[in-house]
Amino acid sequence: MKNYVISRLVQLVPILVGITFLTFGMMQFTSDDAVDVMYEQAGSVSEEVKAAKRVELGLDQPFLVQYGRWLRGVATGDMGRSYISGKLIFETFADKLPATVELMLVSVLLTIFLAIPLGILAAVKQDSRIDDFIRAGTFVGNSLPNFFVGLLLIYFLALKMNLLPIIGHPEDWRSVVLPALTLTIAMGAKYTRQIRAVVLEELDKLYVMGARARGVKECTILAKSVLRSALIMMITLLVLSMGSLLGGTAIVETIFMWDGVGKMAVDAILTRDYPLIQAYVVWMSIIYVGMNLAADLAYHYLDPRVRYGGGES
Amino acid sequence: MDVSFGKRYRPLLPYLALAGMVLAVAVFAPFLTPYDPNAQNLEGALAAPNGTNLLGTDRYGRDLLSRVIMGSRTTLCASLLLLLSIATMGSFLGAVCGYRGGRLDSLLMRMSDVFLAFPQMVFAVAAAGALGGGLGNAAAALAIVGWPKYARIARGLALTIRSMPYMEAARMAGTGTVGMLWHHVLPNIAGPILVTAALDIGTIIMELAGLSFLGLGAQPPTAEWGAMMNNGRSMLQTAPWVILAPGTAIFLTVAVFNLLGDKLRDVMDPKQLRTCE
Repeated sequence: MKNYVISRLVQLVPILVGITFLTFGMMQFTSDDAVDVMYEQAGSVSEEVKAAKRVELGLDQPFLVQYGRWLRGVATGDMGRSYISGKLIFETFADKLPATVELMLVSVLLTIFLAIPLGILAAVKQDSRIDDFIRAGTFVGNSLPNFFVGLLLIYFLALKMNLLPIIGHPEDWRSVVLPALTLTIAMGAKYTRQIRAVVLEELDKLYVMGARARGVKECTILAKSVLRSALIMMITLLVLSMGSLLGGTAIVETIFMWDGVGKMAVDAILTRDYPLIQAYVVWMSIIYVGMNLAADLAYHYLDPRVRYGGGES
Repeated sequence: MDVSFGKRYRPLLPYLALAGMVLAVAVFAPFLTPYDPNAQNLEGALAAPNGTNLLGTDRYGRDLLSRVIMGSRTTLCASLLLLLSIATMGSFLGAVCGYRGGRLDSLLMRMSDVFLAFPQMVFAVAAAGALGGGLGNAAAALAIVGWPKYARIARGLALTIRSMPYMEAARMAGTGTVGMLWHHVLPNIAGPILVTAALDIGTIIMELAGLSFLGLGAQPPTAEWGAMMNNGRSMLQTAPWVILAPGTAIFLTVAVFNLLGDKLRDVMDPKQLRTCE
């Protein structure tokens, strides 16, 4: 296990270098000059002042030098200041992150409570009316874009029935319900399907037949063995799907005015606040890579059948 | 192809017909729209669905039905082109790597590792922003993060068939690398790639529309579903039909392609795909 952990950590190095390099390099494609953007609101500023600012920010340096400096900033948390607000990038990001994490955690919890029972129910009652109904529901959930779901929820639950507030207030716990539900609908649909498939596969195995032959009650079989395999699968899937969840929050946060990093990034793009966008991409990717690593390790720990370093992908 | 070919693919027909209908709407869009999709009529702005404007009008008085029909062209054209390019480029790269192996293979796979390490939409949102918006740039942003998946699948498949007896036989008969790839590798990996691509159409339509919804894709006055919904967002309370029309269009289109993808997977060998993902 120890060797496996070490080898996984070593493998991360080129990936992290690649991520940071691409994130930094991406912003070089923009047609705007960073200093021009900074002084846009200030009105006419002479070229000398702009040139001095470029030297101050190190923008006259070669690309690789700038990259190295930026990389050091990522590592030390000193990523400079926002072009627009003038606040420290790292602080801005750290300020907004808890709101996004809260939103993600709530929607993941909702997804678990929705997908596991529904998936198991559909599998146990395979091809019955309930199964058809659940499968139709997951199909609809899978085909709805999250911004449409969000707007529909706002329209029906908030505007028509007045049940829930639309716009996020940090003190009001109810304001998390609508954005979280929006994220849950797509995720829940996907996982209900997966759980159903896993449980069906599991129920087909010989040990289940053996247990049935010995007269073990169906619900005992479900609770003791099938649920466990479904849980392992669910945890891995959830972590692996964090990628789409992390991205999905950008849209959902924008719709619900949820003050997290996703909305921050979209606002930063509209105001061309590039350092903030870079920080968003690089930190979200690092979080994602970290979660993937954790999922891998947990998977290896939970499932002894998986050989360390055996499979290539 | 064996005799049961027709029988095997028969269950697909209704879904192919549905998808064909959606595509036909997109292709013949200019002939189907009852009004000019960009014609403004401020006096008739925000009219609820009625006899003349079946789906109502938006805030500039533009007919929503016409815009939804024209939007199908924008959205589908961009999504399908995007999918076609990432699926062919990605699988081609993957197939070459899997078949040839060696340094090229490890280099390319390390590269795809990096791209796969990004949360897809996070990267796409930022890349679309950096490229400056516009439908083409949004599609490019999605392509950057989309190709490695196909490269991975194609590589895995190419690896498994590389040492099959018929491949050995073809090699011994003197077939060169290009011939091997073209005549033996690509036809054998095309099925699973096709299924993956079919299942991906819905996701890509939603992602592209999502970028447009954020203002990073199609720019006004282009009729595009995501952008139309973005326009209608602030009028949700007073004129819900402005978002309902394009939203339902996205939903129905994605649903049709998802159905087709599901059935295609059922018809083709499903096991093969699962082991390679």
